[in-house]
Amino acid sequence: MNLFVVISFGIVSLITLLGALGVVTARNVFASGLFLVLSFMGVAGIYVLLEAPFLAAAQVLIYAGAVAVLILFAIMLTRRVMSDTGGSQTNNQWAVAAFIASLLFIVLLKATGQEWPISNQSPPADVITALGNAFLGPYLLPFEIVSVLLLAALVGAIIIARE
Amino acid sequence: MAQALSQFMPLWLGQIIQYVLVGTALVLFAVLNMLFITWMERKAIGRFQDRIGANRAGPFGLLQPIADMVKIMTKEDITPTAASRIIYNVGPLVVVPPALLVFAVLPFGWGLSGSDLNIGLLYVFAIASTATIGILAAGWGSNNKYSLLGAMRAVAQMVSYEVPQVLSIIGIVMLAGTLSLQGIVAKQAYMGWFILLQPLAFLIFLTATMAEVNRTPFDLPEAESEIIAGHHTEYSGLKFGMFYLAEYISVLFISALAATLFLGGYTIPFIPTDNPIHTVLGPFVLIAKTYFFVFLTMWIRGTLPRVRVDHLMGFAWKALVPLCLLNILVVGFISPFINLWTQSLGNLAFLVVIPVMLVANAFMFGILYFFISRLVRQNEVKLAEGAVPAR
Repeated sequence: MNLFVVISFGIVSLITLLGALGVVTARNVFASGLFLVLSFMGVAGIYVLLEAPFLAAAQVLIYAGAVAVLILFAIMLTRRVMSDTGGSQTNNQWAVAAFIASLLFIVLLKATGQEWPISNQSPPADVITALGNAFLGPYLLPFEIVSVLLLAALVGAIIIARE
Repeated sequence: MAQALSQFMPLWLGQIIQYVLVGTALVLFAVLNMLFITWMERKAIGRFQDRIGANRAGPFGLLQPIADMVKIMTKEDITPTAASRIIYNVGPLVVVPPALLVFAVLPFGWGLSGSDLNIGLLYVFAIASTATIGILAAGWGSNNKYSLLGAMRAVAQMVSYEVPQVLSIIGIVMLAGTLSLQGIVAKQAYMGWFILLQPLAFLIFLTATMAEVNRTPFDLPEAESEIIAGHHTEYSGLKFGMFYLAEYISVLFISALAATLFLGGYTIPFIPTDNPIHTVLGPFVLIAKTYFFVFLTMWIRGTLPRVRVDHLMGFAWKALVPLCLLNILVVGFISPFINLWTQSLGNLAFLVVIPVMLVANAFMFGILYFFISRLVRQNEVKLAEGAVPAR
């Protein structure tokens, strides 16, 4: 494999993991949010290395540019500025959380330990056209259902906010 | 270029040299133009206000930006004691890279772009959307209520106006059939400039991008009469310089993007895109078109007062977004016919396509006029009845 790709993968994975570690260990909620952005960007980098530029751009646009921004915005609206840095890192449900986390870890171990079939086809040259045709062709129904679902969520959020 | 260098050195070294050279050239282009734009804005706004503007440093005050730089660099760097030190310093660092990274896909000429990504436009909007994080970090980290208010306004505005900005481009993407900026430029050389095919989308795009980069009349996030300087109230010296730099580089970029999307980018009318003249003259043509838009933003800044904060959101969601959707619908309806005409008429298809699109846009402008006049009339009736002005 190209040396470039290997080195880039190392750097990008390190960014993703350090960001993720920061999210759970930072004492300050706002800092956690910023670490989350870092982690999202790292994931986008991995998509680029996997030759999925569309997915990478969507990741940055939706997760780093919108979801993370909304999370940070919500933190600014709900928490008292700056005063809120201390507090305990854990609450009385930490045992349950640890149990679920270890279960998930076992699933991950199982998944990464397995031999997966690897396609040797090269990705299509024009990803977007293929994606667009798939969305409005064979996957039209799921695509529309997801749109309606998102619209319903949006309307619901507005109704809750107005009450 | 990496191939040419590979005769003397391994390919990876050639690649690294290529990346570094192209990257440095693009950053230098952005920063030097930013210096010029700050001077130009001082002069232009001065003229609009019947003043002379900067004229002390150098001929016509041309050295003023350099004097400003020296001043900014020698200022004391202050961190408020109550600020969250790390987040306060992260803010300015996160604001600048997105403003610079977008230049990577800008086509300067035939074959002259940092990287002609297949997803060019999507890349631009994705990278640009991350600039809000720096503003949030700055506003929150400063621990100042004006900073916080400014950051909230900025982010709410940028998130809202991103929607019409992206939606207004979809008509163009449908007409061009590609997201690559080189592809869009090439298509315009063939179909005619998109400002002729999509005048309504052009106006929406211009409005939304002005809001996106916080330029007057959408500079509420730093409205000095209300919230001092918004998210960069507490910053001084070079850290303030970073925000300043990011803002003006964004102005440069949106001007270049508008020129690329609507005015045919680097192409000279009636010359095919792959003509070698576009490799040589392309950058200059693009810069000329870009500066037309840069001047336009200054003109608007010198003319219009600031928008009221409660009008801002309503305008984006109630006026711009429905218009964008209507535009997409109209383009979707017409584009099959356009394909038909290009097949039957070949190179002369633009003679039919442009009038048809103009008529369609006139129709949409008519709808817009109808609704706005109705709104204005309703407002007048309410005002006559002694009610408070409606939102």
